[in-house]
Amino acid sequence: MSAPPITQPRIVEVRRNILKRNDELAHDLRQRFQSAGVFVVSLVSSPGSGKTAFLEKTLTLLRQRQYRPAALVGDLATDNDAARLARSLAPVKQITTGTLCHLEAAMIDKALEDWNLDEIDFLFIENVGNLVCPASYDLGENLRLVLLSVTEGEDKPLKYPTIFNSSDIAIVTKVDLAEAVEFDWSVANANIQAVRPGMQVLRVSSKTGEGMEEWLAALPSRR
Amino acid sequence: MGILELTEEESEKRGGVHVDAIHVRLGPLSGVVKEALLSAWQLASEQTEFESSRLVIEEVPIAIYCSNCQTERPVRSIQQMCCVECDTPSSDVMHGRELLVSGLELAE
Repeated sequence: MSAPPITQPRIVEVRRNILKRNDELAHDLRQRFQSAGVFVVSLVSSPGSGKTAFLEKTLTLLRQRQYRPAALVGDLATDNDAARLARSLAPVKQITTGTLCHLEAAMIDKALEDWNLDEIDFLFIENVGNLVCPASYDLGENLRLVLLSVTEGEDKPLKYPTIFNSSDIAIVTKVDLAEAVEFDWSVANANIQAVRPGMQVLRVSSKTGEGMEEWLAALPSRR
Repeated sequence: MGILELTEEESEKRGGVHVDAIHVRLGPLSGVVKEALLSAWQLASEQTEFESSRLVIEEVPIAIYCSNCQTERPVRSIQQMCCVECDTPSSDVMHGRELLVSGLELAE
């Protein structure tokens, strides 16, 4: 390539998104999901907030209702979570990221290579336990859930506003422990509404099943 | 790193011209912190042709659409996403998610 050595403007405008490659891939994924009729939900939270237990319960309940759910689960290492989720009998695949603290669209794309999307109604993507980096990466999902367990404290949304702001629904988990840890629901909800006005908040216990009906009602009905 | 690839492409398009500086627009809702981006750039650009290129980061404040004022307004804070003028909450974010290369300073 040879550019003419004529006067070039010293500052040129570019305006290009730095995560463009991920965004483009996520856009392609979203189109593929849509044409195959797959509704995609991603889950983000800190480690230990109950993503896997919540997901296992969700997969089991959806299967009981004759839906065909599947899940991808991201962790730095081990396939323990995939093994737990597989108890639901839904197709599950572990994505181990090595040292990477979040999932990217390319990993989803690769993990789906040998799955037939036409055989899936709901795809759940459990992100690496992390409230920072996953906020920046679009995975082609329709719905992003942020989970907050009652044991983490009511001020989590204020500490990590970006992840709450980029999510669609907040799920407060382990509500069966709320009393024991003196969890103040109104404070937590006010904090969530401050960082993401109008956000839908659901309270669940994966252990007792409390709130799971409301959660399933938030999903679109299919077929 | 996206910035490096992007800069390489843009420089090549212009005949491999040297890039003095890369201007980045960064919003607090992008999930990226200025200091982290600067140190990541240092690592990523090392031993590339852009090692000496400066990363100039312009921080973009969060702005929402206020339904009450019927215009774009700054927010009280990232923890309080409401209009700075009238306190109306809004999740209609107009600015603050930016993570983009806005321009390049090219060598004369």
